[in-house]
Amino acid sequence: MLSVKEIWKSFGGLIALRNISFDVEQGHIKALIGPNGAGKTTLLNIVSGIHQPDKGEVMFSGEKIIRLGPSRIARKGISRTFQHVELFGNMTVLENIMVGRYAKTKAGFFSSGFKFPSVMREEREIQRKSEEILNYINLGHRKDEVASNLPIGEQRILEIGRALATGPRLILLDEPAAGLNIKETRDLGEIIRKIRDELKITVVLVEHDMDLVMRISDSVTVLNFGEVIAEGTPLEIQKNPEVIVAYLGEEEEMQGGYSAHP
Amino acid sequence: MKKEDFLSLLILVFFVVLLPVISGNTYTLTVGIFSGINALVAIGLCILMGYAGQVSLGQAGFYGIGAYVSSILSVHMGFPVVISTILAMGISAIAAVILAVPALRLKGHYLAVATLGFGEIIYIILNEWGPGGPSGFGDIPHFGFFGYAIDSTQGYFYLIWGIVAVIMFFSINLIQSRTGRALRAIHDSEMACNAMGLNVTAIKIKVFILSAVYASLAGSLYAHYVTFISPSSFSLFYSILVLTMVIVGGISNLWGAIIGAVVITVLPELLRKFEELDVLVYGLILTLSLMFFRKGLVPILIDKIKKLRGFAFAKR
Repeated sequence: MLSVKEIWKSFGGLIALRNISFDVEQGHIKALIGPNGAGKTTLLNIVSGIHQPDKGEVMFSGEKIIRLGPSRIARKGISRTFQHVELFGNMTVLENIMVGRYAKTKAGFFSSGFKFPSVMREEREIQRKSEEILNYINLGHRKDEVASNLPIGEQRILEIGRALATGPRLILLDEPAAGLNIKETRDLGEIIRKIRDELKITVVLVEHDMDLVMRISDSVTVLNFGEVIAEGTPLEIQKNPEVIVAYLGEEEEMQGGYSAHP
Repeated sequence: MKKEDFLSLLILVFFVVLLPVISGNTYTLTVGIFSGINALVAIGLCILMGYAGQVSLGQAGFYGIGAYVSSILSVHMGFPVVISTILAMGISAIAAVILAVPALRLKGHYLAVATLGFGEIIYIILNEWGPGGPSGFGDIPHFGFFGYAIDSTQGYFYLIWGIVAVIMFFSINLIQSRTGRALRAIHDSEMACNAMGLNVTAIKIKVFILSAVYASLAGSLYAHYVTFISPSSFSLFYSILVLTMVIVGGISNLWGAIIGAVVITVLPELLRKFEELDVLVYGLILTLSLMFFRKGLVPILIDKIKKLRGFAFAKR
């Protein structure tokens, strides 16, 4: 359903992505992993239209999408969350979800200002649907709280809920488990699986938590220094010698760093 | 519309109807009229700045377009005042689009400076090309409907505050609708809004137009009330004055715009008794109010009421 074709991207001479290609199958949970700086977030930003690639194309359901810009790509059915949570911090939890319904509704300035009956009907529908989504992600009890007051784990889940509200066919999750404790990560895994199994939404997951990745993903693509170094099922990836080097290499350096401070 | 807003709107209408009855003197009503005109501009700026987070220091420009265009149309071309007021709103809307398309790419201070530049351009145009140049022109007809002119102060007071009430009703509904949520969301994170499929640029342009149309309407009402206009009423000073109203009243609340407009318009009148020291006292009050009520009068008031209610419940 999503196919990334020969993407190149550089930032002022630094090549972030070289010739990246991969496909995401309908109904899969696809994980993108790799050490920090491998280009995973850049790739998500290209798919969601925030960045333009220097070369290459992204196809979504057979349609070229890279020149559409983020808002139109979102309306095509690709929604996302952010590595650094981008909630509407001053709005309530419910309102955050309700903003997600924006593109699916149509009341204009004039009809809203004069409260036409059609607007009232639509507003009730937005409210009902949003509460339904909130209950679906188990945040119903937080409805009226200001979003920025939630603990980080719930903020990340709320971001997923807001993305769901746009009615996507594909959802991009950028490190949803960052900063979460073990229980929160487990809940998150449940929700990701639930939206794939029950809502039939395809998921692309950028994540460092290997436990989560290995547990829930159907296929994994490994990036290192802007290149794809491996692709396969979680089991295949765990055994792949190149992946082990990429990760262990990083770990060795870390150990070296610690030894300087006994 | 929430219960509190409906109640506030009722109180507003009650006061408006009552004021001429208790204090029928022309002076009070005139101050009331100017408060209402300023409130219209302030409501627009409040939606633009307080909700959508877009700064404007050019509201005087739209206020000026409203005043000049409708005056010129009615004096020189014989249009009925109502029609020329509506046409002026249309021209302000077009001016807003022309300004917004390039300017709304800018953020914060840069947007403020761009809109300030717009206000200055309009001010210069009015000075150079406006009828009468810097000294302005007069004999502008009063508002009238179906040949019946509103020329009494009391009639004008009711007309203007009636319009304020309708605009307030419209604005509250708008803020609490899908559009209002989008505006507040844009204020918090434009990136997330784009990712949710909101057309951020289009929404920003629309709200800019809205604030321009409110200011234009206020400008026309002003011109047809005082029947004489000159460019000096539409300088940067007026933009700053409206900004002050919105901030003193409380930028995050639409009612703040009305309260701010009334306070800032009435205050200099109350300070007359300080004679030559009035400007000094005025500045002092503004500084102190911003130091101690940083969120603005209305939000502070709401906090106080909530606290009192909390006490009442606790006692029970």
